[in-house]
Amino acid sequence: MSDTWQGWQRDDGRMGIRNHLLVVYTVQCSQMVAQQIAAGEPNAQVIGFHGCTDNDYAVRLLLALARHPNVGGVLAVGLGCEYVRPDLIAQRVGESGRAAAWFRIQDIGGTADSIAHGKMWLADLSRQMAGQPRGEMTVGDLCIGAECGGSDWTSGVAGNPAVGAMFDRLIDAGGAAVVEETLEMVGLADVLRQRAATPEAADALTQAYEKIEPYCRATGQWSVSPGNFAGGLTTIEEKSLGAFCKSGSKPFQGVLKVGQSPPAGAAGLWLLDSVPDLDGPLHGLSNPNDTEGIIDLIAAGCHIVCFVTGRGSLIGGPIAPVFKITGNSDTFRRLAGDIDHDASALLSGQKQMTAVAGELIAQVQRIAAGEPTCAERLGHHEYLIPYKHQNVTRC
Amino acid sequence: MALDDFPAGEQVCVRGGDGLTLRTREKVPRGHKVALADLPESAPIRRYGHVIGLATQPIATGSWVHLHNCRSQWDERSTTFDRDSGAATDTPYV
Repeated sequence: MSDTWQGWQRDDGRMGIRNHLLVVYTVQCSQMVAQQIAAGEPNAQVIGFHGCTDNDYAVRLLLALARHPNVGGVLAVGLGCEYVRPDLIAQRVGESGRAAAWFRIQDIGGTADSIAHGKMWLADLSRQMAGQPRGEMTVGDLCIGAECGGSDWTSGVAGNPAVGAMFDRLIDAGGAAVVEETLEMVGLADVLRQRAATPEAADALTQAYEKIEPYCRATGQWSVSPGNFAGGLTTIEEKSLGAFCKSGSKPFQGVLKVGQSPPAGAAGLWLLDSVPDLDGPLHGLSNPNDTEGIIDLIAAGCHIVCFVTGRGSLIGGPIAPVFKITGNSDTFRRLAGDIDHDASALLSGQKQMTAVAGELIAQVQRIAAGEPTCAERLGHHEYLIPYKHQNVTRC
Repeated sequence: MALDDFPAGEQVCVRGGDGLTLRTREKVPRGHKVALADLPESAPIRRYGHVIGLATQPIATGSWVHLHNCRSQWDERSTTFDRDSGAATDTPYV
């Protein structure tokens, strides 16, 4: 297999492994029209924000997704009353060198007219995207995220360590890796600090860690679930030890907030802090599920997100392929067709970690070169963009 | 961690335990934890060298260690989950 493939060259210097056309609705009221515009269009995917009132965080997240390296064009669809502005989303996307258009349903007509209008725009945007520049990519150009969900006893001893070992190789090749789920680093303050690349990174990691306890106490919810218990994990402390393994062994270069990507050319391992900052409104439970974590990793510019599951999960995501891995051979058999990689040979002793890490990096290359993941084949494009409060200093 | 479903009274050897063997005192499901030593109530329970919780009752060597005898030091709901299914029992469905 070749170690290079053709990607899409973006104006900001990043490269994409897909060239998706994104339909973005700016309020729940335009969601159905957005879905119908994208229906039957093989390259089109839908994301959107449900709220009528806007939120700095949600707008940052929408813009990060709309200008993701795997996105070549965007159609923003508003109703016409809401705060979130489809015109400005399209303008910012256009300024990034991508194909972009927008309209408000109230300016066009009813459901049928709006869908037809949107379909016309999609055809136009697709024509513009066909001419977008291509370029050669290698593993060193990739940024890959990792999430775990539906964790069981295998996750911390097979699936997560395998992804960690693959990340070590990715970083050696010049690539970037991003992990989040600080809520699953409970009790690991010292371990986290010891993994910092610089004193500045150590302070940023400590700050991110110190939000965990007040946030979980304020919401009364820790990131551990009945399925985790049934799968053999007893406490959030135990789950955290296993979840942290997916970060591998490289030093953390720093901490990203949601909507931020590793700086251009910055290889290495990054921690994504998706926990709300506590000096603003908490908006209820705003770290609710795996889909939100995957979306946050995609918004960090991850080309691919590795999703480690023990008990089994079906989800994918828009924009970036979700690459599902399990260390549980029963789950792999039961969910045949939904999970891309069976790492259970690590548990049976049939394979060593270096061999599994090599298989994972080879599979990452095939996915990056265009091979669809199970979630892509099945049409899993789950997304969640919540109200949240995070302080972000613009450079 | 049990690499198989163990019935009560099973003689098991501990991987990496220098030849340590023990007898299970009760049924232990695959992937669940077995106590390697006697623990008094409130004793820290360690896995991978880290404390993963505290004993909520005395635990004898060979016992199944889970929600019924180990609680989190962080999660206030830790003692309320059903031992066998993991289901939440403290939310009223009325």
